[in-house]
Amino acid sequence: MSTALPPSGSGALAKREARLAWALLAPTMISISLVVVLPLLAIIWISFKPFTLTDLRPPAPIVRESLRGEGDNLRIEYRIRNSSQEIAITSVTLSDTLPPGLTLKDDLPDHCHLTNRNLFCDFGDMDGGARERLRLPVLATDDVDALEDLVKETKPAMTGAGPSMLTNFEFSMENFTRLFDGGEFWSVLWITLFYTVFGTIGALVMGLFAALLLNKSFRGQGFIRGLYLFPYVAPVIAVAFTWVTLFDPFSGSANALLLQMGLAQTPINFFGDRPLALIMVTVFEIWRYFPLSFLFILARMQSIDTSMYEAADMDGASPFQKFWLLSIPQLLGILSVLFLLRFIWTFNKFDDIFLLTGGNAGTRTLTVNVYEQAFAISNIGAGAAVAVVILLCLLLFSFVFFRFISREEGL
Amino acid sequence: MRNGYVTGPILGALWLVVIASTLAVTMSFATGALFRPQVTLSLIWGAMIGWSFVRFPAPNGLIRLTVSAMVGLACLTEFGPILIGPEVTLTSRLITLVSLAAILHLSLQAILFDVPFATLTRHEFEAAVIRFCTGFGYIFFTAIVIIPFYVMVMTSLKSQQELLQNPLDFSIELSRGWDLFRSYAELFSDFNFGTYLWTSFYVSVLTVFITLLFSVPGAYAVARFRFKGQKAFSRSILLIYMVPMIVLALPIYIVFSMTGLRNSILGIVMIYPVTTVPVALYMLQGYFRGLPTEVEEAGLMDGLSRLSVIWKITLPLSLPALASVSLYVFMIAWNEFLLAFMLLDDPSKFTLTRGVSMLNSSEIPRQHLMAGAVIATLPIMALFLGLERFMTKGLTAGSVKG
Repeated sequence: MSTALPPSGSGALAKREARLAWALLAPTMISISLVVVLPLLAIIWISFKPFTLTDLRPPAPIVRESLRGEGDNLRIEYRIRNSSQEIAITSVTLSDTLPPGLTLKDDLPDHCHLTNRNLFCDFGDMDGGARERLRLPVLATDDVDALEDLVKETKPAMTGAGPSMLTNFEFSMENFTRLFDGGEFWSVLWITLFYTVFGTIGALVMGLFAALLLNKSFRGQGFIRGLYLFPYVAPVIAVAFTWVTLFDPFSGSANALLLQMGLAQTPINFFGDRPLALIMVTVFEIWRYFPLSFLFILARMQSIDTSMYEAADMDGASPFQKFWLLSIPQLLGILSVLFLLRFIWTFNKFDDIFLLTGGNAGTRTLTVNVYEQAFAISNIGAGAAVAVVILLCLLLFSFVFFRFISREEGL
Repeated sequence: MRNGYVTGPILGALWLVVIASTLAVTMSFATGALFRPQVTLSLIWGAMIGWSFVRFPAPNGLIRLTVSAMVGLACLTEFGPILIGPEVTLTSRLITLVSLAAILHLSLQAILFDVPFATLTRHEFEAAVIRFCTGFGYIFFTAIVIIPFYVMVMTSLKSQQELLQNPLDFSIELSRGWDLFRSYAELFSDFNFGTYLWTSFYVSVLTVFITLLFSVPGAYAVARFRFKGQKAFSRSILLIYMVPMIVLALPIYIVFSMTGLRNSILGIVMIYPVTTVPVALYMLQGYFRGLPTEVEEAGLMDGLSRLSVIWKITLPLSLPALASVSLYVFMIAWNEFLLAFMLLDDPSKFTLTRGVSMLNSSEIPRQHLMAGAVIATLPIMALFLGLERFMTKGLTAGSVKG
């Protein structure tokens, strides 16, 4: 008699389940890999290339056509130039139709020929920054002004393309060496760390206090809880501009208040002076994100077993003792998870500082630097290099996060 | 420290500083006139009133009331807790001193209510300190939350000259009537804000639908099925949370520029859901895990396919979670600024946030900017206050991106 054994391997049912699971996940995975994974790879690729905003379009010939001169001197002019200053374009050709009412006077140059009013010219290769001019003397049989419009309307077609900077296999470390050579990078890193550490801790501490306030039921508790979430729920653009208006050195209410109360003698430029601007953007970060920590801490507090507090009451524990010896240990888990998450997200934050100061007055964090390099200085490669540095930092953080979170939350 | 005649005056002194500052700031913001809290005088007055509240407990209501009234009346002279400027109207003066006396009386009575005029037990002492901190906490948090929103709304109702004349004066001339809303009218007539509002609305709604379409099946698979790579998948979803938007925005900008998707609503609608799908998936899978499997198994036994189980059983059961997720995704899409800012240049295609950012220029007056901010904030606030329960639940469930 054979002994009954549990089935080994995965059966047909399990396989079918796995197939269905992947089918359900497929749309998400495809879209995410298209919009997250591919861009990430792209940014690493770009960071090794000297790529600027103007290189976005691959080099191409640009043509301008016009009817010039009058009488005997009447001519069609094609002015052609290479859009790129450095890169050569290969096999440049031009094809155009001559409008009726114009006839060519002279013979065409060698590289052009005309068939049934269809003009075709071959310019061969054009070096970077090269310009060509093609003059075709013509005879007009119609009104010249009408012809001028006709000539402008028929756009000549150009072919010819150069290698795009984006797709060739030339790499350089130039972006990175320039990034680390400038003393600026280290100050940016230091500013980012200040903003991240104090922003995170501040928001956590404020959130903890707010949660302590609301951790009892009274009439209007729901309303106040909703009110305290306002800074988080409102669009960042609205609240950031409100802060800028409120703290404006010339017409801001905060300065008017301080002056009137005698706390300041001259108006303070809150978002324009070092190091005050950095402190202010950190305060803004705390203000905007304390609601989030508050909500999580409150949710955790309300799930703490009340019998523990009753037991503590029986033992004669004072309110502060209950807070330090019961609440805090119970909250330590959520506090550390929140700390890690907020740390990473504050590190990633871009909009807030960008809207408040634009990265001026000593508030340029790494993320703002990505934008500055890529769009203000229009050096996309340098921006990508900063982005790669950010990604490396995040890799480190998420490593810590997963080691820690796995223990805390069992994720 | 733990003596009634020490604790009382100290708490009283600190509390009067808090109340006087709050009231002075409130009155300044309301009238724009001079109200200045006097810290040293407040400390002295506060110590006095704290001492008398502890010295004359419950039955001596009249004595305590007299002391509070005295502190209030002191504001008429230069030696009160609040210095009131000479140009302030009598009504404002009276409002200030009456509210100072009343608030001080009631709140201090609550803070010091069982502090005896003798040595305090540790419990009594800490309870009094906690009551003080609670009161301070409510005032502090309410102030920091309300002041920016108050300034936002009030600035939008002012005219340019009024703002320049006294940036502190937020009093409203009701006589101006509908003219108060002139900035709003101009935004809608000259700046296309009606279109922006509509664009933002339908982009957000589309984002919600597409997000749900992608995340519901995904979340169900992660929550219910066992398959290889399940754990790696939930982790990588979390990892995607951690990629900063600006890093993604750069290559997206390049690709969109090359393919001509930049400056089109289609591009925006394609990108927004991808930023929200991970959050939604994470929130929903947590909820699906909590649903009992037995109901679904019963459905399977009765011959439903998996997909119809999801459609007929799981989804109806998770309507509250779907509501939370939808609201949250709507909020993210509505508030989104960075991508709209980078990808949209054509004023006819702006979303609301992009439209507001356009108003931030030196040529456009401040009140227009603030009116734009109010227009962007109001719908989301109304939605939030109306469905606050769903929203807070949604926020906590997802452990949520900021």
